[in-house]
Amino acid sequence: MRSGTSGHQAEEIVQEVMLTVWRKAAMFDPHRAQVSAWIYQIARNRQIDILRKERRPEPEELIEDPGAEPDASQILALEQESTELKNALSRLSGEQREMIEKAYLGELSHQEISTQTGLPLGTIKSRIRLGLERLRHELKGIR
Amino acid sequence: MSAITHHTPDAMLAAYAAGSLPQPFALVVASHVSLCVHCRVALEAHQSAGGAVLETVDQVAVSGNLKADLLARLDTPFTPQPVVKRSGIFPGPVMEAMKGRAPRWKALGAGVRQDILMASNAGSVRLLYIPAGQAVPDHSHGGLELTLVLQGSFTDETGSFGVGDLEVADEDLDHTPVAGPGEACICLAATDAPLRFNSLIPRLLQPLFRI
Repeated sequence: MRSGTSGHQAEEIVQEVMLTVWRKAAMFDPHRAQVSAWIYQIARNRQIDILRKERRPEPEELIEDPGAEPDASQILALEQESTELKNALSRLSGEQREMIEKAYLGELSHQEISTQTGLPLGTIKSRIRLGLERLRHELKGIR
Repeated sequence: MSAITHHTPDAMLAAYAAGSLPQPFALVVASHVSLCVHCRVALEAHQSAGGAVLETVDQVAVSGNLKADLLARLDTPFTPQPVVKRSGIFPGPVMEAMKGRAPRWKALGAGVRQDILMASNAGSVRLLYIPAGQAVPDHSHGGLELTLVLQGSFTDETGSFGVGDLEVADEDLDHTPVAGPGEACICLAATDAPLRFNSLIPRLLQPLFRI
């Protein structure tokens, strides 16, 4: 936990994140996200709760088709994307990498993020394509 | 619903994912993502990138009693936050900001109405109701303004915005949005600074209405 949090507060956040993971584990959907992405989201939420004393507005949850069968190929594809994303991160220069870490760990303002161009957008775009396919597929099931 | 053509800028989705967006903008982005599959997926991609960063940054040791404290807390009773659902044209995050009630409109004159959902140092968010064909007074803003259309449409110097479209206007844009024909236009609008109107009367009224 970076971003200038005191040791005590950081540990409080860590505890809250772990508690939330425990309580919401049933809601985790491996078709939609990697565990790390899910935990990242929870960690950002808890940090805002504790440091800013406000609750971040969150998008509506998508309603899953209750009859949907687990789709191993989708889970595997996400896993591969995640590995690629990590590889892309490790290939960045030290300076670029530091910028990405700062951006995603909440150390840059939104204005600073919009003036940064070094985000690994190529990899994110392929992740977007994959996600869109899956969502279209799911939404078809609901309609 | 017509296809959404004006999306949340990618950097703003990244900032939302990172928790760096001021609360008023976060409400508009969460509402847009609720309506827009494209931006939902893009947001999830940024969350994956955030997750990848988490997996690769240096680890920090935690104190020895953290584990014991945590285990002790696992059994404490827990009531999940109630989920506020979408109602009519209002997406879930807006309903949550309104605490599940209907909008409480206040007249601003010329048929324009507003309901301020949130106002603080970080900026403000309001619902705006603009009768069909009516113009919102010519204004520029000190900072950034995000406008999400929930019903009807509006047009300004930069283009035409329908249901689900998000307009991002910075301080350089001096615009006069005009509601489209047909239904009244209802928007969710957020700024990180007070709006400035260019004609005198609205400017005098501004402190009164907090618009």
